[in-house]
Amino acid sequence: MSRDLKTLVSQGLKSRYRNERIMRSLGVTALLFASGFLLLILSIIFSQGYRAFTQTYIEIPIELSTADIEDISSINFQNKIRDGLRELFPELQARAELADLFRLASRGASIDLERDISSETPPGTINFIALASSDVDMINKGYFVDSESPRGRLSEQQYEYFQSLTDRNLISRQINTNLFLKGDSSYPEMAGVMGAIMGSVFVLGITLFLSFPIGAATAIYLEEFAPKNRFTDFIEVNINNLAAVPSVIFGLLGLAMFINFFGFPRSAPIVGGFVLTLMTLPIVIIASRAAITSVPPSIKEAALGLGASKLKMVVDHVIPLALPGMLTGTIIGMARALGESAPLLMIGMVAFITEIPQTIFSPSTTLPIQIFLWADSPDRGFSERTSAAIIILLVFLILMNLIAVILRKKFEKKW
Amino acid sequence: MKLVNRAFVIIFSYLIITGVNAQSSRDYISIVGSSTVYPFSIVVAENFGLATGYRTPTIESTGSGGGIRAFCQGIGLNFPDITNSSRRIRQSEVDQCNSNGVSEIIEVKVGYDGIVLANSLSGHNFNLTKEEIFLALAKTVPDGNGGLIENPYTFWSEINSSFPNNRIEVLGPPPTSGTRDAFVELVMDAACSSFPEIEALDGEAHQLACQSMREDGHFIEAGENDNMIIQRLNVNSNALGIFGYSFLDQNRDVVKGSRIDDVAPEFDFIVGGQYPISRPLYFYVKSAHVGIVPGLEEFIFEYTDENTIGEFGYLTDRGLIPMGYEEFEMIQSSARQLSPLQL
Repeated sequence: MSRDLKTLVSQGLKSRYRNERIMRSLGVTALLFASGFLLLILSIIFSQGYRAFTQTYIEIPIELSTADIEDISSINFQNKIRDGLRELFPELQARAELADLFRLASRGASIDLERDISSETPPGTINFIALASSDVDMINKGYFVDSESPRGRLSEQQYEYFQSLTDRNLISRQINTNLFLKGDSSYPEMAGVMGAIMGSVFVLGITLFLSFPIGAATAIYLEEFAPKNRFTDFIEVNINNLAAVPSVIFGLLGLAMFINFFGFPRSAPIVGGFVLTLMTLPIVIIASRAAITSVPPSIKEAALGLGASKLKMVVDHVIPLALPGMLTGTIIGMARALGESAPLLMIGMVAFITEIPQTIFSPSTTLPIQIFLWADSPDRGFSERTSAAIIILLVFLILMNLIAVILRKKFEKKW
Repeated sequence: MKLVNRAFVIIFSYLIITGVNAQSSRDYISIVGSSTVYPFSIVVAENFGLATGYRTPTIESTGSGGGIRAFCQGIGLNFPDITNSSRRIRQSEVDQCNSNGVSEIIEVKVGYDGIVLANSLSGHNFNLTKEEIFLALAKTVPDGNGGLIENPYTFWSEINSSFPNNRIEVLGPPPTSGTRDAFVELVMDAACSSFPEIEALDGEAHQLACQSMREDGHFIEAGENDNMIIQRLNVNSNALGIFGYSFLDQNRDVVKGSRIDDVAPEFDFIVGGQYPISRPLYFYVKSAHVGIVPGLEEFIFEYTDENTIGEFGYLTDRGLIPMGYEEFEMIQSSARQLSPLQL
């Protein structure tokens, strides 16, 4: 009898091993596919975006007289930049030639110069590292080398001036601090994501501040206190439905309610925060409920059995044990809110805003919207910056998900 | 728990009150509207902010129709001051504005935008007439016996034997886009009149025959993002794309514009009016907000400056097609006198 069983098993063994191998190899193939596509996307973004982290500058001699230093407010900084360029090309006289030459420097060069000069600056000639225009920047980064128009958007003369500057070692590439520290601009070389990052921080701050307490309280009530009847079933179905509603609809709601009815300003992070709260609430509630249900009933019953009130049991045992799961759900909801742009379109956050927002009422955009706006720009200089902004957004998302993992690991209890 | 509740009530009412206060003290210009005018307006806004002491206006990119709708919702700091538009405002929209109290509107023409049909540098050098474009893209075409049939053309060579034997594939904007409106009006409608079979129709049937684009996969709605169309042209040398001149101007290392009626889409030819597909761009200002929103009048002055939209203005660097000198002078003086719109 036992021998029979043994032969029976060994006969089936081969096909069992084969099935297992097939299953495993299918899993590995799926994984390879997924990670292959992910790598492809990442490598495309990186290869397009890494050049945006440096920026081209032109070294221009700026002459400052004692009179200039004494009365800084009267200096015309744009003319100072122009005089400096003229000094580098003294042979140019015609107005059209000079206009061509002046366009090599960015509009932002004079603003930087204004920032750098104070009443303590010693008079004389300084070698000012001036921001180059985006057209020069793209040539210098080698964008058009193999194309049919190697000069890009530069005219023939401008290209000659650029060559001459390169030969004299006056062209340099430095870390693109504007990209990190400035707000949006219509000039690619002056544009940065700081305004959008601050906007995202405000919006997410409000979302977290509202959605975590409300979501957690709802979940605790529904799981621990609410009676099980038709009404709570109805609410549960609705919450699950809300989680699947397209996000743009929350934007319409926000427009009708917060802006048209309550009179909140357009484009303000506070309204964005409210709208994203509505969007993330169902996610937070569902995740929190799952975390609460996973608390073992033995612990709850032990607490009740020792004479703890229901409230004490929830506050002292259920919440601490469910907290890691609730936090993870909240952070994942936050990460989704960080990447959202459709609902914010309706409330006016898809906008050109140069100032870095100071309060939750100042007009602002968020990171994904900044990416959308740059991707849509006809200006070629923005295409590399679009990829760079995507990289920055990805870094933030990775950080948030990392925090979720760490929190879970740190507070997780094993039974 | 009571404390928490009270704290929430306090914080929430604080937010609402400060929100209303913040709104009533808006001290910057709020602009909405066309995504085609957006890249020009942001340059003016930024220069305005840098050159004057006023705050830089905020500019939303909502599309022409959505912009006018928001603009017409009412008077007051809750509503935008200016809307950009890549087409002229319609009578129905002016009526809508009027019924909400927005009675006086100032119209400012900014300049022109050319619409180009472009393809990859490695593709065929097209020289198209409007009629050929119509035959390639319309839903119904004349059958030669006085009637109309579903568009039978699948290859360019069937329309004109000098064209290559490539499948007709044209990427263009969706119906929500102002570029699409302008393309239909300037190309499809215009070409219509040279087909007696369609001219014989009247009313709705005529409009339908003239304005319907084919939906059998030869005309592909590619979304509002023109950079995406250019990327797709780059990998598919058989396809043509429809977009604004400024995108062609910035991407000449990737795409080339087709000649229309023998005229290439070059800056000089669009300015001169020889290139047949170009449309005016506008912005509209609420008279009632002038003097209330700081800098609004100064912003109109900056926008209508010769340095901005004149023949050599800084917007021409960005691909704007400037008006002729006489038209510019007329537009400038009427805008600076804040003369109300007359349709």
